[in-house]
Amino acid sequence: MVENRPFANLAAHVILWLGIAVVAFPVYLTFVASTHEPIDIVNGTMGLLPGGVPFQNYADALFAGTKQIKSTPVLQMMGNSLVMALAIALGKIAISIISAYAVVFFRFPFRMFFFWMIFVTLMLPVEVRIYPTYKVVSDLGMLNSYAGLTIPLIATATLLFRQFFLTIPDELVEAAKIDGAGPMKFFRDVVLPLSRTNMAALFVILFIYGWNQYLWPLLVTTDSSMDTIVYGIRRMIVTSDANTDWHIVMATTMLAMLPPVFVVFAMQKLFVKGLVETEK
Amino acid sequence: MATVELKGVRKTYGTTKVIHGVDLEIADGELVVIVGPSGCGKSTLLRMVAGLEVITEGTIAIDGTVVNQREPKDRDIAMVFQNYALYPHMSVYDNMAYGLRNRGMNRDEIDRRVRGAAATLELGALLERKPRQLSGGQRQRVAMGRAIVREPKAFLFDEPLSNLDAKLRVQMRVEIKKLQRQLGVTSLYVTHDQVEAMTMADRLVVMNAGIAEQIGTPMELYARPATIFVAGFIGSPAMNFLPGRLEGGAVTLAGGARLPVNGSAASAGGDVTLGIRPEHVELNPSGAPLRLKVELIEHLGAESLIYGKLEGGGELTVRIDAEKEVAIGSTLALGVTTRHLHLFDRAGGARLN
Repeated sequence: MVENRPFANLAAHVILWLGIAVVAFPVYLTFVASTHEPIDIVNGTMGLLPGGVPFQNYADALFAGTKQIKSTPVLQMMGNSLVMALAIALGKIAISIISAYAVVFFRFPFRMFFFWMIFVTLMLPVEVRIYPTYKVVSDLGMLNSYAGLTIPLIATATLLFRQFFLTIPDELVEAAKIDGAGPMKFFRDVVLPLSRTNMAALFVILFIYGWNQYLWPLLVTTDSSMDTIVYGIRRMIVTSDANTDWHIVMATTMLAMLPPVFVVFAMQKLFVKGLVETEK
Repeated sequence: MATVELKGVRKTYGTTKVIHGVDLEIADGELVVIVGPSGCGKSTLLRMVAGLEVITEGTIAIDGTVVNQREPKDRDIAMVFQNYALYPHMSVYDNMAYGLRNRGMNRDEIDRRVRGAAATLELGALLERKPRQLSGGQRQRVAMGRAIVREPKAFLFDEPLSNLDAKLRVQMRVEIKKLQRQLGVTSLYVTHDQVEAMTMADRLVVMNAGIAEQIGTPMELYARPATIFVAGFIGSPAMNFLPGRLEGGAVTLAGGARLPVNGSAASAGGDVTLGIRPEHVELNPSGAPLRLKVELIEHLGAESLIYGKLEGGGELTVRIDAEKEVAIGSTLALGVTTRHLHLFDRAGGARLN
């Protein structure tokens, strides 16, 4: 359609820039703060330009943690978060893709009942079922472990995959049957490659979800070596008399943002490509 | 190389009977076309031969062995689908090789077969492309290549040309026919297009509402259709049907026109439907019994179609050579030779002569 509205275009761009500024400015400030001495941050002389001690601050954060309150080194916490987020993302994808495959391509009693049960649990966030889940995990002796951190959060993204699988034409399944592909072969050779873009999109979402988890790691781990980074940041900020090491906190925050951003960039090409091109 | 035999094949979905008992024997190397309107059960029949639908009653035998209980991959058949059903993420080469790889064939043999089929179908330059980078006709050829490399006992075609434009369809049906002749593989071909059916079939099966109304060579079905349905389905433009009364060796149409008949029908009587093909109507014969008031003329180039109303009621379509000049509104005197008259029982639709 031919559109000739320069003023509307300008207004749209202005709004976009304002929005970006509102979102990006605090991040910029965090970055600036992470490069200053703590004194500068606390007494307000920080200004808007990066300071002089970036490497010192980041090194301290990564390897030593805060001094005022004992906390684990950020590198270790990031490692914990990474394991947790990866396990959650990959685990969720693996389980949901297989259950969606079963629901769509097979016929068995109570098939739709199971599907709707799974769908209902999708609607229950962790916080709603926190109490029974904690009891089960603790009874199974999984507190303070990677297993305990990750397994209870692998609910399902079955719905997404089911909707996608429904778009796979029946003729393709029949052609594969005639070509001698059994169910698992068909899954491996045809369904998985076609699901790549959906898996990439889901991976991004689930990774960030796993990375940002606060309540569950808080409950499940008491050993400070198992702290995740999100929890770690919270712990660094003190509300009592002791002075918070703001420069470390800021540095840690910047570091905490990097892996999700990296994942989004890495996967973006893959799932934009999938959204744009039509498979025939 | 194999025969395909369908005996008393019936299909029921729940309580709905879809196929009411079909008997068909396909000889080795024959191309049999199943043709009929949408919903007549032709695709269901094909899919039962393929093993994609369960057979409710009856038997299907491929090369003498009953295959009712066999899975599609064990029947040694290959199918070409209406929407090609190519694997979108695989190259043309992989699409053709997939079935062979699943059967554990060794790499050199697969390569030989795929390249051979690609050469026959002129796909050699396209082997590394993905399906979305191909045109409709090319995709159809890849789908056929996938079937050819299997070297199966039978080819099954499910309306493969329906998604192509008219010109490509004409081109492809010639290619398919030539290829089938060359390879000599028994083939079952389903289509709703009677032109495809007539041009490609060694023998034709006309299906209507789950019943095979007539099985025979294309010319048999054209010259002596067994039922009104077959008569109206085969031949383009379609046969004209006029109600009339058969008695005393002639058919009397509404309006009084009288056409004599011979043969077994001469001694019969009753209400009939008279069938006349547009191309068998003669202009200005001696003693022309029919008078047509011309309403519309369609010029097709080599011939023209005249639509009009008969004196005494009823509409008629006539085909004439393009050279003859006819004016709209004029009245034509028409006749039909006796041997080109088709008589059908008005109630049941069965052929009388």
